[in-house]
Amino acid sequence: MAIKDIKVYYKKAPVFIFGLILPTFLFFAFFMGRNLDLRTYYPGFLAMSLFFTASSVGPLITPWEKQTGTFERLLTLPVSIPVIIMGDTLAGAGFGLIISGLVFAFGLFITPFEIGLLSLLTLPLLFALGNLCFAALGVLLSSPAGPVPANIMMLSSLVRFPLIFISGVFVPLSEMSGAFLGVTMLSPLTYLVDGFNQALGNEGVIPMAIDLLVLLSFTIAFLLAANHVLKRKALKGL
Amino acid sequence: MHRPLQGRSQSPFISLIVISPSQVHRMPAIVAEGLTKRFGDFVAVDNVSFEVPEKQFFGLLGPNGAGKTTTIRMLTGVLRPEEGKVFIMGVDMDRDPLKAKSSLGVIPEVGNVYPDLTARENLEMFGRFYGLTRRTRSERAAALLEELGLGGREDEPIKRFSKGMKQRVSIGCAIIHEPKLIFLDEPTEGLDVHSRRMIVDKVKRMNKAGSTVVLTTHNIEEANQLCDRVCIVNRGNVVALDTPSNLRSTFEGARSVEVLFDRPVECSEFSDQCITRVEEKGNKMRFYTSDPDEAIRKVMKVRGEKGLTILELNTLAPSLEDVFVKLTEAPQ
Repeated sequence: MAIKDIKVYYKKAPVFIFGLILPTFLFFAFFMGRNLDLRTYYPGFLAMSLFFTASSVGPLITPWEKQTGTFERLLTLPVSIPVIIMGDTLAGAGFGLIISGLVFAFGLFITPFEIGLLSLLTLPLLFALGNLCFAALGVLLSSPAGPVPANIMMLSSLVRFPLIFISGVFVPLSEMSGAFLGVTMLSPLTYLVDGFNQALGNEGVIPMAIDLLVLLSFTIAFLLAANHVLKRKALKGL
Repeated sequence: MHRPLQGRSQSPFISLIVISPSQVHRMPAIVAEGLTKRFGDFVAVDNVSFEVPEKQFFGLLGPNGAGKTTTIRMLTGVLRPEEGKVFIMGVDMDRDPLKAKSSLGVIPEVGNVYPDLTARENLEMFGRFYGLTRRTRSERAAALLEELGLGGREDEPIKRFSKGMKQRVSIGCAIIHEPKLIFLDEPTEGLDVHSRRMIVDKVKRMNKAGSTVVLTTHNIEEANQLCDRVCIVNRGNVVALDTPSNLRSTFEGARSVEVLFDRPVECSEFSDQCITRVEEKGNKMRFYTSDPDEAIRKVMKVRGEKGLTILELNTLAPSLEDVFVKLTEAPQ
């Protein structure tokens, strides 16, 4: 299922626009002409680009398949809904991993970070869990979809954009307090930002083990929710 | 001294039983028991039951909105019935859907394939979904592409194909795993003659080779020619289930006399008790009757009165289309 998604959806325009161009544009819009310390903000940007790219494939798949008529065919195959969900998630995670890997490599080139033992152990976990978590979020957003991809792309933008402003990407977590910090803790992106901060030598706010555990928990929750919703809404629009 | 028992096996535990092939009970390919499906207050399918033996070519006919597609969706596991059960090759679709679906090849009503992939990629991908090994799906894909007239275009994206070619790829995707049971939901709708004939021939060959085929179609003549048995549904209910010839023979009132006159004639000229309906079929006129002899007498009478010349005259048994129209016409 993931291979099918990779072959079909990686080349779609919305994936490039919402997954690549948009976060790059946001980063440059924020940092251009401002004398900001890249070391401080780079982990947040890395998390943001991973967030956007991993969650850009999932919202497209189900509505696009319903529009082209292949979704009903998928339901007649000896493939269960959980397998469909997992395949779509892996496709999104794969895309996110490739792009975020490139961004990470680029970041190492322009701002050399110290990669210690902790980083070597935690970075792969953060990349894997982060990509899975946000790919699952993308799949969850598309699971109630009808056959109109544009509707779901709008919904996913409505969900994703606020998250990047409350998750420590543009305002360091260490500078947040009070109720705003409370809201921040509800966002899964917060834990990825914090994890990348610690892995790349900056100060973290939350213990790394908690960051990883929460990301895992959100991943499982998104997958279970997507499974539940898609089972009920599979025939919507058919 | 031991003496062997006469006329009986020495061992009490060995028996030899011979069964002829005709005595072996064949499991039906499909068992539909009391299928019911509602969408809110609307009952789309109401207590539909039938069995389809293995290797049969089975037609499911009905007007638009009769419940055919909903029934097919329940049989193929896309929809869960609210009441009733589906068994595919003896496997309960509700309890073990994956095993049941592995026996199926399905072309849904909107049975598209992936337009951004090539014909070969589509076939091999579906082969992968059905668990075929790489070598098997590659070999079968190549053979199917050749057989379906797509040789030379197997590596072009589907989006460049005509509707008929896309449907051929769709059929290939449904049969690459050589299923025992194939569902075809209006497979020749809107296709050119060549594509339609190719698809029909392929499906006939598969049925002859042992696959059970379930066909839904609006082309009644196609169903008449292909199907061993037809089920006619209307308003969610089964209104007829029999062979096409049996169905035709039960509708004596749908016999007709077809006449070609040398010039057009008003239908109203032929109003008579013995003629239940008059239709124009191209340049011919068809008079429906339960008594062809009386109908011909009436035609001859009008011919004499109007000075007409009869160029052709045929008496026709009811067609399956006539039966279908009779069974599914709206109540007066």
